[in-house]
Amino acid sequence: MTDTQWPVWEVFVQANPGIPHKHAGSVHAPDAEMALQNARDVYSRRSEGMNIWVVPANAITASSPEDQGSFFEPSNDKPYRHPTFYKIPEGVKYL
Amino acid sequence: MNLQQAKFEYLLRLGDSSLIIGHRLSEWCGHGPILEEDLAMINIALDFVGNTSELLKYAGQLEDKGRDEDELAYMRDEREFRNLLITEQPNGDFAFTIARQFLFDTYMFFLYEGLKASKDETIAAIAAKSHKEITYHLRHTSEWMYRLGDGTAESHDRLQSAVNDLWMFTAELFDMDEVDALLIKEGVAPDLNNIKTEWETRVNEVFAKATLQLPTTTFKQKGSREGKHTEHLGFLLAEMQYLHRAYPGAKW
Amino acid sequence: MEDAKKLEAFEAKINSGVKIEPKDWMPEAYRKQLVRMMSQHAHSEIVGMLPEGNWITRAPNLRRKAILLAKVQDEGGHGLYLYSAAETLGVDRTELLEQLHTGKAKYSSIFNYPTLTWADIGAIGWLVDGAAIMNQTALARGSYGPYSRAMVRICKEESFHNRQGYEIMMQLAQGTPEQKAMAQDALNRWWWPAVMMLGPSDDNSPNSEQLMRWKVKMESNDAIRERFIDRTVPQAEFIGLTVPDKDLKFDEETGHYTHGKINWDEFFDVIKGNGPCNAKRLKDRIDADKNGKWVREAAVAYAAKRVKEKEIA
Ligand SMILES: [Fe+2]
Ligand SMILES: [Fe+2]
Ligand SMILES: [Fe+2]
Repeated sequence: MTDTQWPVWEVFVQANPGIPHKHAGSVHAPDAEMALQNARDVYSRRSEGMNIWVVPANAITASSPEDQGSFFEPSNDKPYRHPTFYKIPEGVKYL
Repeated sequence: MNLQQAKFEYLLRLGDSSLIIGHRLSEWCGHGPILEEDLAMINIALDFVGNTSELLKYAGQLEDKGRDEDELAYMRDEREFRNLLITEQPNGDFAFTIARQFLFDTYMFFLYEGLKASKDETIAAIAAKSHKEITYHLRHTSEWMYRLGDGTAESHDRLQSAVNDLWMFTAELFDMDEVDALLIKEGVAPDLNNIKTEWETRVNEVFAKATLQLPTTTFKQKGSREGKHTEHLGFLLAEMQYLHRAYPGAKW
Repeated sequence: MEDAKKLEAFEAKINSGVKIEPKDWMPEAYRKQLVRMMSQHAHSEIVGMLPEGNWITRAPNLRRKAILLAKVQDEGGHGLYLYSAAETLGVDRTELLEQLHTGKAKYSSIFNYPTLTWADIGAIGWLVDGAAIMNQTALARGSYGPYSRAMVRICKEESFHNRQGYEIMMQLAQGTPEQKAMAQDALNRWWWPAVMMLGPSDDNSPNSEQLMRWKVKMESNDAIRERFIDRTVPQAEFIGLTVPDKDLKFDEETGHYTHGKINWDEFFDVIKGNGPCNAKRLKDRIDADKNGKWVREAAVAYAAKRVKEKEIA
């Protein structure tokens, strides 16, 4: 058997109730349960978290830098998606 | 023996066990089998140091002779220590450390569950806080029991022999004397006979899942209640207490 | 896009303060330098656990024991973050550790000095972490995203390291005559290694200009060293300890201290492997790795069995 440092898992921590999980870093672990425990031991030493997700790093598919133009620029010319696009006369409330 | 004295003695037993096993774990610092586990063991050790401080501090208050937690931890001799013999056994390999920790964690888990209901409010509060920590320790060591027990042939053999070697120290966990009798009567401490049943059930479950054989050792070594320790404790204390004792009265 | 154009875009990005991310195009020299720096830094953190770990079992009271354990644990965490950052560039932690164990990779020279007394624990937190923080706050502004993010996290954790070290020194300096002597002795032994650990003068090194432009290096070693000395000398004076440099002078004109001659021969000698603890530190790491092999393998074997069970079910 070849010795390794175990596969990499990405760790996402929810710092407070009601807010999204945020990427905290990664840990090495042989399986999901140990990944969860290692994530707890590494990333919540200063009460940073209340919930943790661990995901095998190789299960994550990321968009590539070359995709940036075709993925994200098309939304730049759609200012009508933003509320500031619309002029509302002063005095009109609750809009 | 009055209630106060019994509580003092009991708190030394709890506090010393936490102190000594935490000390053993801290010896791993920087030498663990993988970085993540190094951090995990230090977390557990830290919980024990915190738990020790609370227990010995309260012991000192009850004794009322002006001894604080450091005085109790650093200025007593071997024969005055009340930690369980299992806690002072040297680390050995990782299998030995895990087996020692698992057997003790399981004991502490059920014991502190009982202590949460103690009529002594301070003990109940310390137990409630610690129980959350121990719940995690036990989860961690149990998972390692499965992985080492049912991992490779080598890990299985190492863990089985560790368990075999440690078994003679397990009977002592449930030893009771007049201190326990009084505290059980007063609702301060749980009956260790009940803890024993729960301990055995859990240990059996974990051993089965870890494909371990229950050791057949019949010899039972005891003595910590009277401060009769194995030879290992003296060396541990010599190291732990040396600086504190070398400069009497100094502040650090 | 040919490389020249890519390079131009890459440098423009860095100039405008945008971080470089793992999948982005980067010059080979940039990648190499970063892997080297991050892994060296990671190695330093985990080797750095050893000299301080040396005193955990002898800490003089329970409070100090808890603080030291937590501090050394943090250093392990820092190593972990930094190995992860290095791994984003396609190297494996297994490989990086192999380089450490075979002596191919270096780590900070400072950890090859022995911790002889409890005051050394104070001196390390105060001086070594103090010097490291100067360096790390600069690196947190670096251009490589994962490295910079790891540094931000590390800097947040570091601030207590520095303080606990100074607190130890202060307590000793205010203590019995023996304790004060212990503190002064530790300062005497750790001062120069701490001043040296920030690295030799790099003003005329050929790589320096490029690394600065790429925001891999943020400041010259001498600039960081000057700041470290400027901040630390008054801290020593405040607790009545003497910095062991008879040529140390405050220059009213520049507002900085000028220091005596640094013994760079010693520095390079320690880097080469001839420090008092090089062999011991490396052996400890190698032993931990060797003794952990069967443990790591067991966990992998267990996981494989569970996967198989699932497939059958
Ligand atoms: Fe450091
Ligand atoms: Fe660090
Ligand atoms: Fe540090």
